[in-house]
Amino acid sequence: MSELKTAGQHNAPFVGESELQGHAVDFKSYLRRCVFVLIAVVGAVSLMLFASYLPAERFSWPAKVAMILAIACTNAFVVAGFLMHLISEKKMIYTLLAFTTFFFAGLIGLTVWAMQDFPAGTVTH
Amino acid sequence: MEIPYAVHPRPDTGIYNAKVGIWLFLASEVMLFGALFSAYVLIRVGTPPGGWPHGWQNVTLGTLNTLVLAVSAITTLMAWVACKVRQFGKFKFFHACTLLLALTFLCIKGFEYDDHLTHYEIHLVAGSAAGSIADGHMVDNDPQKDYVVIKGRYANDEKELIDLRSQKEVQETELKIPRSQIKDMQSYGPWHNDYLALYFTMTALHALHILGGSIVIGYLWGPGRKLWKVDPEHFTNRVEVSGLFWHFVDLVWIFLFPVLYLM
Repeated sequence: MSELKTAGQHNAPFVGESELQGHAVDFKSYLRRCVFVLIAVVGAVSLMLFASYLPAERFSWPAKVAMILAIACTNAFVVAGFLMHLISEKKMIYTLLAFTTFFFAGLIGLTVWAMQDFPAGTVTH
Repeated sequence: MEIPYAVHPRPDTGIYNAKVGIWLFLASEVMLFGALFSAYVLIRVGTPPGGWPHGWQNVTLGTLNTLVLAVSAITTLMAWVACKVRQFGKFKFFHACTLLLALTFLCIKGFEYDDHLTHYEIHLVAGSAAGSIADGHMVDNDPQKDYVVIKGRYANDEKELIDLRSQKEVQETELKIPRSQIKDMQSYGPWHNDYLALYFTMTALHALHILGGSIVIGYLWGPGRKLWKVDPEHFTNRVEVSGLFWHFVDLVWIFLFPVLYLM
């Protein structure tokens, strides 16, 4: 949560210290940002609920799952981007996240890949 | 001896050490929850058609918990912003809000757990008039009595109990069942089926993270605030690191909610 680009309104005896990492903070602009995030989250949750109750006759189950997961991913992006400041982080953090994504994808990918990989003679449903 | 780069960023990474540390920790957390999510995928896809439960969770409570966590993520961020602008009173207010919201989340989750653990599926001996299964919440299970009382309904097949979302209205009445008619009975705990095993494992692990985060936030709000007087920037960094953890916990819930409540 460190890359803050807005101008500061310091009312404190420690003026200048919050610029230790080359930035300042504006309380009101953050409040506005938080209101935006909250509205986005409420909207995303409403959309997920709506998608989950779509009629099964018109929307197949995989389509509904894809829709719900897409909305959840967007919601996660808003939270991570704005609240965790991932939209303006240091290269070090992005590198770390790239490795995490690689290993996470591997974890899920290997599971899916091995899903039908039964030893000979295994009885399944 | 002073710990280096607790406040000032390291020249090579551009950030202070605790922040690198928390991101490494969060990366390991992604793998921990990732393992559980991959287990979910494996078990869910392997379940025969029509065998996965739907509508077993209270979506209203799940939605409420989602919003509670979202607001708590915002109060956590505002607590950090308050530290940055050196308004300690606001920091205390926002962090107190976060703690209250965390407590609210855990209370709602506890209520949901209690609802599952008092919900029983009772298999009846062959030839019982009403049906082969009685399903509902336990009202009276006094071992001294030769009957149990549940508030629920009878079903002829377990399949009737799998997809509750497609059943618009379920009439529940108080059922008095003699113990002599009971073949076996089991509550809707993690032992009941794969879905509930995953539900309890994933949500309990998440709730433990909420509890752990609350303890850290409580420490910063309480005894840990002494640091503010000595080194406010160092204290602000601690608030930031705890906030990053809290946002991660919120992120996990953003996926747990649809996966366990809606899909």
